[in-house]
Amino acid sequence: MPFVNWLKRHLVVIAGILTLAYLLLPNVIVTVFSFNKPKGRFNYEWQQFSLDAWKRPCGVADMCGSLSISLQIAVWATIGATILGTMIAFALVRYRFRARGAVNSLIFLPMAMPEVVMAASLLTLFLNMGAQLGFYTILIAHIMFCLSFVVTAVKARVMSMDPRLEEAARDLYAGPVQTFLRVTLPIAAPGIAAGALLSFALSFDDFIITNFNAGSTVTFPMFVWGSAQRGTPVQINVIGTAMFLVAVLFVLSSMLINNRRNNQKA
Amino acid sequence: MSTLAEAPPPLAPPAEEKKPPRKRGRFTPYWLLLPGILWLIIFFALPMIYQASTSVQQGSLEQGYKVTWHFATYWDALSQYWPQFLRSVFYAAAATVLCLLLGYPLAYLIAFRAGRWRNLIMILVIAPFFTSFLIRTLAWKTILADNGPVVHALNSLHVLDLTNWLGWTAGDRVLATPLAVVCGLTYNFLPFMILPLYTSLERIDGRLHEAAGDLYARPWTTFRKVTFPLSMPGVVSGTLLTFIPAAGDYVNSELLGSTDTRMIGNVIQTQFLRILDYPTAAALSFILMAAILAMVTIYIRRSGTEDLV
Repeated sequence: MPFVNWLKRHLVVIAGILTLAYLLLPNVIVTVFSFNKPKGRFNYEWQQFSLDAWKRPCGVADMCGSLSISLQIAVWATIGATILGTMIAFALVRYRFRARGAVNSLIFLPMAMPEVVMAASLLTLFLNMGAQLGFYTILIAHIMFCLSFVVTAVKARVMSMDPRLEEAARDLYAGPVQTFLRVTLPIAAPGIAAGALLSFALSFDDFIITNFNAGSTVTFPMFVWGSAQRGTPVQINVIGTAMFLVAVLFVLSSMLINNRRNNQKA
Repeated sequence: MSTLAEAPPPLAPPAEEKKPPRKRGRFTPYWLLLPGILWLIIFFALPMIYQASTSVQQGSLEQGYKVTWHFATYWDALSQYWPQFLRSVFYAAAATVLCLLLGYPLAYLIAFRAGRWRNLIMILVIAPFFTSFLIRTLAWKTILADNGPVVHALNSLHVLDLTNWLGWTAGDRVLATPLAVVCGLTYNFLPFMILPLYTSLERIDGRLHEAAGDLYARPWTTFRKVTFPLSMPGVVSGTLLTFIPAAGDYVNSELLGSTDTRMIGNVIQTQFLRILDYPTAAALSFILMAAILAMVTIYIRRSGTEDLV
């Protein structure tokens, strides 16, 4: 039975590709429906092809405003979480000190906590403090939950780093600042970049924590959430498709640059 | 067998204690830690304490709340909302198992079989992340729509009869049923399963597979006795990264489910943001946290894996 044998040999590949299809199916739907011309308020059924939404991506009231708020929050949250997280990661990998265990669990807990619990507890804090909910409370919350992910990403990179490289730099009379800037930082950079990228994606996409702590500020995920009740404009699909394309292009180009660098070295 | 699993590729770097303590800069680590740790204490630990105190308060929104050590709130919350708790655990567990079943072949494919396609597949796993997950979850409404091809296919294969009988679907529809919610949860958290699985599979030395083959192990035996045990750290962190957020999620059951599929996340959200009954909401979210911490602790103990994430 050649067919059964073939199936057996490629079972993993077939199952893997099916999973990949499951992962990508919604993206295909989002892309296809960005060219739809829906009847009524909801964009769930295919009606007819149209480029309207792509021609006027900001044609919906408030959508691009919410997009810009989300971008601003994501940028600031990324900067904040990356700086604070990188500092913690270096302290954890490079130094022995008391309370290491406590610090490690404090880093781990936010990642092991359901988002809704963190969201609700932050809200009780802000309510008790009488804080005005809005841009800054969202930013505070985002830095908080991105921090742990940055620490984990940077820690992994710094841990696998050969300490002899820094010793060599010092033997060659590099000062501490020079050693850090010319040796340590460039080696840690991929970990820091991974942490920053993750922060940006997490912050930009966060809905649950934002929903609790946003007050009347509307971020892009909150706009999408609201539109699920009021009626989804096609422009949401346009933004979704564009984000996917930008991400793919971004990763592809960074891979090409990496390849070229490696080829030059070889 | 166990010696084989413990031998070659060091899964965790042996021990952190090897490095000698640094003499210079005794206070440096504290200065490095201070800002970030303060941030976590003020905006993560302190809120938990506030929430604990809120959960034992009594009063009303107009007259204000006072701490009265009213622990009965916990009992009331639990007796009123235990179906939602149970449902959350059940849905999250189902989604986690599905993620493992679906994610493992793909992680295996990327780690061992993909060759020059590896990077491309990796991109395709990660890139959907950048389209807002709410938009992608809404797309499932189109995919599972009542007159859509998925429902037709399931119907003509008589799968729906079976799922109806199991109580996962209702009548001729998939949307607004438990099946749709679990499908959405599985989809949303699948990458969180695939990435740790891939990381731990990729660390496995390919020569171990050859060795198993040389010792006349058939592919399935090799997988069962070599590959799978060595990938346990990935399985453990993948299941945790899937189960915990899934148990607290309320987006999928809100967008794809109905009032019959409400999970505990939905209840907490409604209590906090609509009904404004803060003590009950705080008690509910504390129970959820405690339940999850307990389950996770037992699970980690039993799986015997110490290094996480």
